[in-house]
Amino acid sequence: MEIRPIVSTLRRHKLTATLLVLQVACTCAIVCNVAFMIANRVQRISMPSGLAEKELSVIHSTSIGKDSNPWAQHQADLVALHQIPGVESAVAVSFSLPLNQNESSYGTCASKQALDRAMQLMSLHSPGCIEPSVYDGSPGLIKTLGLQLIEGRDFHSDEYVVGQKNPPVAIISRALAQHLFPEQNALGRELYVGHRIIRVIGIVGTLLAPNLHGPGRNYDTMIWPQLPNGSSVTYVLRSAPQDRERILEAAKAALLKTNPSCIISTKSMQTYSQIRAQYFQRDTTMIGLLLASALGLLFVTALGITGLANFWVGQRARSIGIRRAIGATRADILRYFQTENFLIVTGGVVLGVILAIGLNLLLMKHYELPRLPLWYLPVGAIVLWLLGQLSVLAPALRASNVPPVVATRSV
Amino acid sequence: MFGYYIDLALRSLRRTPVLTGLMVLAIGLGIGASMTMLTVLHVMTEDPLPGRSAHLYYPHIDPLPLNFKTDAMGTNPNQNLTWPDAMALLHAHRAVRQAAMAGGSLLLWPQRTDLQPFYVDGRYTMHAFFAMFGVPFVAGSGWTAADDQAGAHVVVLTETLARKVFGTANAVGQNVRLGKVDFRVVGVTKDWAPKPLFYADASTNLYSDADQFFLPLSVVVNDKHQIDDLRLTGNVSGWSDFNGNMRDPSTTWIQFWVQLDTPAQVRTYEQFLIDYSAEQKALGRFQRPPTDAKLYTLMDWLRHENLVPDDVKLQMWLALGFLGVAMLNIVALLLAKFLRRSGEISVRRAMGARKRDIFVQFGIESALIGVAGGLLGLGIAQFGLWSVRQRPDDYAHLASMDPSMLAGTVALAIVASVLAGMLPAWRACRVPPALQLKTL
Repeated sequence: MEIRPIVSTLRRHKLTATLLVLQVACTCAIVCNVAFMIANRVQRISMPSGLAEKELSVIHSTSIGKDSNPWAQHQADLVALHQIPGVESAVAVSFSLPLNQNESSYGTCASKQALDRAMQLMSLHSPGCIEPSVYDGSPGLIKTLGLQLIEGRDFHSDEYVVGQKNPPVAIISRALAQHLFPEQNALGRELYVGHRIIRVIGIVGTLLAPNLHGPGRNYDTMIWPQLPNGSSVTYVLRSAPQDRERILEAAKAALLKTNPSCIISTKSMQTYSQIRAQYFQRDTTMIGLLLASALGLLFVTALGITGLANFWVGQRARSIGIRRAIGATRADILRYFQTENFLIVTGGVVLGVILAIGLNLLLMKHYELPRLPLWYLPVGAIVLWLLGQLSVLAPALRASNVPPVVATRSV
Repeated sequence: MFGYYIDLALRSLRRTPVLTGLMVLAIGLGIGASMTMLTVLHVMTEDPLPGRSAHLYYPHIDPLPLNFKTDAMGTNPNQNLTWPDAMALLHAHRAVRQAAMAGGSLLLWPQRTDLQPFYVDGRYTMHAFFAMFGVPFVAGSGWTAADDQAGAHVVVLTETLARKVFGTANAVGQNVRLGKVDFRVVGVTKDWAPKPLFYADASTNLYSDADQFFLPLSVVVNDKHQIDDLRLTGNVSGWSDFNGNMRDPSTTWIQFWVQLDTPAQVRTYEQFLIDYSAEQKALGRFQRPPTDAKLYTLMDWLRHENLVPDDVKLQMWLALGFLGVAMLNIVALLLAKFLRRSGEISVRRAMGARKRDIFVQFGIESALIGVAGGLLGLGIAQFGLWSVRQRPDDYAHLASMDPSMLAGTVALAIVASVLAGMLPAWRACRVPPALQLKTL
């Protein structure tokens, strides 16, 4: 295929060709970045929590009566909850659960020296110190949530403290163990949490924090053997996935029966799947919008290519006829338009790759987006090439069907 | 001539219905997406108190220790004031009006037996709050300075809450139990909630929250145990171990607003803040330079709080990018379309039409596409805003177009398409007639 005639034709339509190149370039730049953003968000919303998510439901109760011993009330509630048919286990926690956005966290250091240094600097951003999220809960928490105890043991019943007292021991997540004691065994080590000294007796696998704090920090969590002892409390129930809606209703009735002066709003009865969906709802919206705009852009660009090619075919009908008359085959004409499109899209893609990197730098600066992995660029280029070939196909076929006799007619 | 050009344009567009339709669709999508996001941004950055906002200021001082580092994710204790600082500013009486405040949530015990106790959100504040922000009253009025001093158990309710609890808006003189204390209702306000709730701590949902009650701040600080555990809805953060004492000089939780009417008062107040910080620094309480003290105007403060989420900004840029590509697309298509009519142009030129006439003719054709695209865009934007309103986001319910945004949509569409038509029309009117006529 001779390229020179194509180039010289394009040169006669410099402005139009340039506009198309620009459009392809902008589309390439935006679509590459949008695809990258979609990938980031998808990764974010599919972050594992470590819980048996499909089997958990959560109900939150606030007692408004005067109560000197809330834990006793919670125990009575738990007994009632266990009796609901279908409930495999139930625990009470103060308020924190992965992704439920109610968080308490404590500056935690791996050694006394690290703690002293942090105190001096008035900052936990010193080596050996981390601010993990802390979970509490009644006995059976690990089993009910479906956490995996990978080392050590669960709490003994005499290790539990009621309310905000200092617990003697803790179970920490694998991520926290690795961050606090890199390349050492964390089991049996002591944690310096403010004035408390807490011994690590167990390590669980994955356990996500109530809020996402950024890569590398999301799984820094620990569990204290603290029993909830406040006027408001959160119960976690484990059951078969299909039973959850029914069990939440039954749980509400049971709780109101054991303690008539408690408030349970419908907002505070959720399956764990709902908690997760709620946490990531902005991300899911964003994924939808990003996807729609990427597809929209590709569609508009395809439209531009088809529209323009159609015009050109109409405009050049006569010259196509002449070419056919002097011996060009249909395939030659078809290939002519395909090559022309390939040249334009290639121009657009080359410019687009540069624009994509520039746009990514801009987004990195203003929206804390990570760097665009380079392999997105060739993939984007291939997508646009295919799109170009696809959208030029119909006009090119129409061109190849122009009969040679057109050459002999006047316009 | 204008009517004739419109006729010509319609004929031309009708000749290529598919292409015209696609161009209208492209610009409609671009305009619809852009206007949806611009409207969301518009309602989020609107002046919450038109007319008054120009005189309202937020004093900011910097009591943090030198080596305090704010966590990027954590809250900045610097946004709010400590109790001692708020009281010092208050007692200095340097502003026309001034009020300290904090958000709270209390359990309300209705006297009606058919109503369960429920939690309500409200504000602990001072008597000047109502006059300073121009809160409209249905009955009664705010409390007095003496009530603030004495920590009187008085409360102002909103109309909705008063109706819910007493069945009538005129609840003045009645008692209502909040937490563990009976409060006397001294006033009932119209339902009043500036959007955003600029005076509240940024950790709350500023676009959807509304205060249902107002009661003196002194009450909750004086006898907080008597009332309840002091339930604050805003941030309480500090830089030393917090012992639960709300008067702690290293714990911030109070918002403070002042009214200043003249530029001279503003300058004096700015100087006062710097002087106060210098004095505190001399006393050894502050460590940072006194010039850190700042006086924000209301709108500056909202900008400083950065209320528009990054996602919304990103969506807006995405929509505008989409519009840009759609416009490029239309420029290319119109160019090809207009140049294809070189023969027609040449005939018109030969028969006496000036370049300007050709330009206007094609300009009108592009504008027609713009009008159609704008109308389609308007529909798409309404659909877009409707879907935004279905989202559970805090600002979602505000997303709808006012008349200025409606007009703006159509204007944007026409401007965009005329701009897009400009280059093709200009190229078309430069077609040399003689050359084209020869080939006919």
